[in-house]
Amino acid sequence: MEPFVVLLPLFGAMLAMPVGRAFGARAAEWLTTSFLALACIYAWVLFFRVAIGGAAETIPLYTWIASGGFEASWAVRLDTLSAVMLVVVNTVSFLVHAYSIGYMKGYGEQPRFFAYLSLFTFAMLTLVTADNFLQLFFGWEGVGLASYLLIGFWFKKKSANDAAIKAFVVNRVGDFGFALGIMGIFFVFGSVDFDTVFGVIAANGDAVPFGYSMGAPIRDLTITFIGHDWHALTVIGVLLFIGAMGKSAQFMLHTWLPDAMEGPTPVSALIHAATMVTAGVFLVSRCSAIYEFAPNAAAMVTLVGATTAFFAATVGLLQDDIKKIVAYSTCSQLGYMFFAAGVGAYDAAMFHLFTHAFFKALLFLGSGAVIVGMHHEQNIKKMGDVKVLLPLTHILMVVGTISITGVGIPGLKLFGVPVGTAGFVSKDMILESAYAAGQAGAAYGNYAFVLGLIAAVFTAFYSWRLIFLTFWGRSRAPENVRKHPHAVPDIMLWPLAPLAIGALASGMLFYSQFVGPKSDEFWNGAFFSRAEIEAAESLHAGASMDATALLDHGVNAVSGDHQVISDLDADANLHSSPDETHGVANEIVIHDESGDHDAHRFPLWVIWAPFFAMATGTLAAGWHYLRGDPLKPGLLREGGMIYAFLKNKWYFDEIYDFLLVRPAFALGRFLWKEGDERTIDGVGPDGITAVVAASAKRIVRVQTGYMYHYAFAMLVGIAVFITFVLFTTGGGR
Amino acid sequence: MTESFAQQPWLSLVTFLPLVGAFVIALRRMMVRADDNGVLDPKEQAQLDSIARYVALSFTVGTFLVSLGVFVLYDRTLAGYQLVEEAKWIGAGISYKMGVDGISILFVMLTTLLTPLCILASWRSITDRVADFMIAFLVMETLMIGVFCALDLVVFYLFFEGSLIPMFLIIGVWGSKGTKVIAGVEMPSRIYAALKFFLYTLFGSVLMLIAILWMYSQAGTTDIPALQQFSFPVGAQKWLWLAFFASFAVKMPMWPVHTWLPDAHVQAPTAGSVILAAILLKMGGYGFLRFSIPMFPVASADFAPFIFALSIVAIIYTSLVALAQDDMKKLIAYSSVAHMGFVTMGIFTGTEQGIEGGLFQMLSHGFISGALFLCVGVVYDRMHTREIAAYGGLVHRMPFYAFIFLFFTLGNVGLPGISGFVGEFLTMTGAFITNSWIAFFAAFGVILSAAYALRLFRQVMYGDMTKSELMEITDVSRRELGILGVLLVLSLYLGVNPGPALSIFSPAVDLMIENYDSALAAAGVR
Repeated sequence: MEPFVVLLPLFGAMLAMPVGRAFGARAAEWLTTSFLALACIYAWVLFFRVAIGGAAETIPLYTWIASGGFEASWAVRLDTLSAVMLVVVNTVSFLVHAYSIGYMKGYGEQPRFFAYLSLFTFAMLTLVTADNFLQLFFGWEGVGLASYLLIGFWFKKKSANDAAIKAFVVNRVGDFGFALGIMGIFFVFGSVDFDTVFGVIAANGDAVPFGYSMGAPIRDLTITFIGHDWHALTVIGVLLFIGAMGKSAQFMLHTWLPDAMEGPTPVSALIHAATMVTAGVFLVSRCSAIYEFAPNAAAMVTLVGATTAFFAATVGLLQDDIKKIVAYSTCSQLGYMFFAAGVGAYDAAMFHLFTHAFFKALLFLGSGAVIVGMHHEQNIKKMGDVKVLLPLTHILMVVGTISITGVGIPGLKLFGVPVGTAGFVSKDMILESAYAAGQAGAAYGNYAFVLGLIAAVFTAFYSWRLIFLTFWGRSRAPENVRKHPHAVPDIMLWPLAPLAIGALASGMLFYSQFVGPKSDEFWNGAFFSRAEIEAAESLHAGASMDATALLDHGVNAVSGDHQVISDLDADANLHSSPDETHGVANEIVIHDESGDHDAHRFPLWVIWAPFFAMATGTLAAGWHYLRGDPLKPGLLREGGMIYAFLKNKWYFDEIYDFLLVRPAFALGRFLWKEGDERTIDGVGPDGITAVVAASAKRIVRVQTGYMYHYAFAMLVGIAVFITFVLFTTGGGR
Repeated sequence: MTESFAQQPWLSLVTFLPLVGAFVIALRRMMVRADDNGVLDPKEQAQLDSIARYVALSFTVGTFLVSLGVFVLYDRTLAGYQLVEEAKWIGAGISYKMGVDGISILFVMLTTLLTPLCILASWRSITDRVADFMIAFLVMETLMIGVFCALDLVVFYLFFEGSLIPMFLIIGVWGSKGTKVIAGVEMPSRIYAALKFFLYTLFGSVLMLIAILWMYSQAGTTDIPALQQFSFPVGAQKWLWLAFFASFAVKMPMWPVHTWLPDAHVQAPTAGSVILAAILLKMGGYGFLRFSIPMFPVASADFAPFIFALSIVAIIYTSLVALAQDDMKKLIAYSSVAHMGFVTMGIFTGTEQGIEGGLFQMLSHGFISGALFLCVGVVYDRMHTREIAAYGGLVHRMPFYAFIFLFFTLGNVGLPGISGFVGEFLTMTGAFITNSWIAFFAAFGVILSAAYALRLFRQVMYGDMTKSELMEITDVSRRELGILGVLLVLSLYLGVNPGPALSIFSPAVDLMIENYDSALAAAGVR
């Protein structure tokens, strides 16, 4: 039965077009949406069974590719990590399907749209339920395809087509790394199965790469990759992360995401905010075993994530297109998730992924309602005072905004749960993890903490700027839009309600499970932690010592050798009973405990810093946009260098176009004209062809008929030649 | 099933059945009386054309059915040659010998499957000299099947070289219009293309023939299984390898001897392009696996880096060139060269993944690029141009066509779930575990293929339909849908479940690798 949670959307995708043709667009819409509703309910059932109930399992289906030692299967892996993703994907997808019934009304082409949406959902589900890297890659490319199709949904528009191709090709640059990473994993481990690969790392088993006469324990293994010797796990970690950078639009490979806003708004909400772009974060979390033992790769994840969080927030400051603001905001929030994962707080990363899905989908779908209401205007400078026209949407958007900016009460816990919006709870978790990593001696932890704080200021600024310019102040919309806004159908509003509830409360509701006291039980070994593995190993090593001394030993190992893990985790170990720790040691089942962040252990300023960052950004936005004319030139005045720099997104597109795109086309043309036609053909074939053609002119010129004779002569020639040679060499005796 | 049933000359039947069809058409053609100028009465001509079409179709379909029978008789768990039949021929170690193993059986099937599809694809688009065309095609099929079944070097050589001739005619006679000035000589472009194709291939074959003769003088036999067991002196292997390489590299085609392919594809009629891309090119890869590696293992290992270099250059170079094309067929032709680069790269890694991946890539490329040429043929039949710029916005009028074209475009790009991915990934995996530099460079092809293939699709399919000539264009007919549908189902099926094909390859490949490794060990190379 479980495979149906993955397959239902596929059935929807396959049936949408034929059903649409036979019974009309309505039928296609309701069919796919109800399939998604079923899948969504089922996902929640599985979530409670697997994540809360702790019944993880893997359902193998059949072998996909088997060649020599290489083997990859189709399977449905259900553990807490995939259950969380199942819930996120199916819930948002169901709501977006329902919303799209309203949004796509009157466009025609609904069956195609819903088929693509369901196809996307299917691909995303195969990605998250994979039990090996190759199925994950299948889903990975599948969501890329769906994204390509949906960005280019309005295929008459040149800009949409450009954006679609850009998204696919930029993602392929990431896949370049991802694919090599998978091959690297096979090279080192001889397998691409998660359990095998992670098990070897956890047990520090010997790995003998192909063609190597000697192996080494995996954590110390070095391999030769493109001419250099590298730490094996680091190479693999970096290569996989390049894939993650493409899919999750991280710094340098982010350029496709803003352009992807060419797709219909529900698509932006589903694919380019809540689900697909988080696949990279999922990948890094899934591969926690690799990153825990590849500190340099983890550092890269942290640095790139933090830089993206900052960079995208700066660009978001000055965008005028409502969707592009939210897009850059997504990019920035993904950066947060990555640096959390990079410092080893996979649970915090996944928690933010979970809460982000709610508030970001809410913001996108709310923006969609605004766009519909404003006659398809997307420029917020041409809006203003929309709260009068769309009061409910206004409230929902404000809910999304207080969630993303992180409104809450720092330092306060009721029933052991922090008090604040979803974004507040999860983002604080991330910043504290980064700070803790910094304290433990990792400089990049501090880097991430500082950039994360600055980005939080910007986040508050651009988010409120969006609200102020769109909904507040005097209307700048044309007369007819103001007088006759398009009605926003109910079906576009009710899906926002659950999202709004999630944006407000999901942080508090799921705190205990994701990152709080129950997190060990909840994640149930989905993440690996170097500190715990090594603590367990040293327990084994010194069996003669008494339990307390052993624990001390473990703690030393953690704080001494491995700065990535905060000493808080080690403290947590100290408090656990010796028996429990032994249990861990014997099973070598490893779970992450970095979630046990106790707010009281941080200095007061660290606890309050995110709040002040949020307040600063909010006040700055209010100060600038709520006094007098909101479009007056401000600090970053138009025409200035900084303005131009930010407005043009740090000139990434221009630089890439100049350095990569144009040269590739020019080189192609050059190789064709100069290489193929002049050099290769010029040297030999053309000259000979011409001579033959000239000498055979009388025969060949000729209409066709003579070609036959010519060919026949060749055949005879060959036969005679062979016969002759065979006889002279003695073949005919 | 009785033993004797399996011992009938099934392979000869499959091979020569199409030739019988060709004779039937030729006989029927002779019965038609022409006037003094050789012109037929139009009514009789029409009747002859129609008969030729149906005879060709029934014989190719019949061949396919017989080959299915062969497929059933074939035991996929065995590694060696099966259904072997031998007859005395020239004598003195040269005999008529046929047989198939895991490496060749699927290429026989590919040939017998695609030929009837090509006949169908030519049903309406070939109107000139139909009977001759069908004869050429049937002869072509016999020769292609023969190449994959031959177990004697001389028999192989005859089939291998013979296949040049019908293809030469198909391009030269039924090729497209237009003229070209080359080195001061003006000639029809199709003649230029046909001659270029012929000269290139002939050049390679002459060297191969010399090598064959030398091998015969040494081994005293041309029996392929025997030659695979015969250890040629290491010093001689190098020269023999190079001679065979000359022939197979041209067929493949490998960079830099690939320039005949774009011209040949552009000029050939649709069915010719399909056969060229789907089957003729595979003879090169097949040759490497049947001859170069088993017979000259030491030289193969020595030259492998050279092959890797050429493969990588092919992948990157031709992908870039494909990016700059403005002719649909040329673009697909260049992408074929890039895809064949993956094949040669995989084959010479000597790993299971590399070789099975290479074989699978050849099979899958047969479906996908064959289908892409058919797709071009669909619009070419309607608009009579292959220029990318002449199209745009076709999706508005041709939704089914757009779906099919998109599917095969994605197959070309190597999307997982479609057969193209399996071969590409396995060959790259084989390359990675051999030397990561190779996989690293080959992976650039993965990026570039997305760029050129999606660019083509977008320019032909998307955008507004602004050109008035296109306004009346019609979607795929039921016949076209059927042809493309078969290929679509196959490439999708093998994409999600490549097992059936891979498991046929693997016993033969394992045996081959075993022999290869022990030959290298014996020579002290490894």
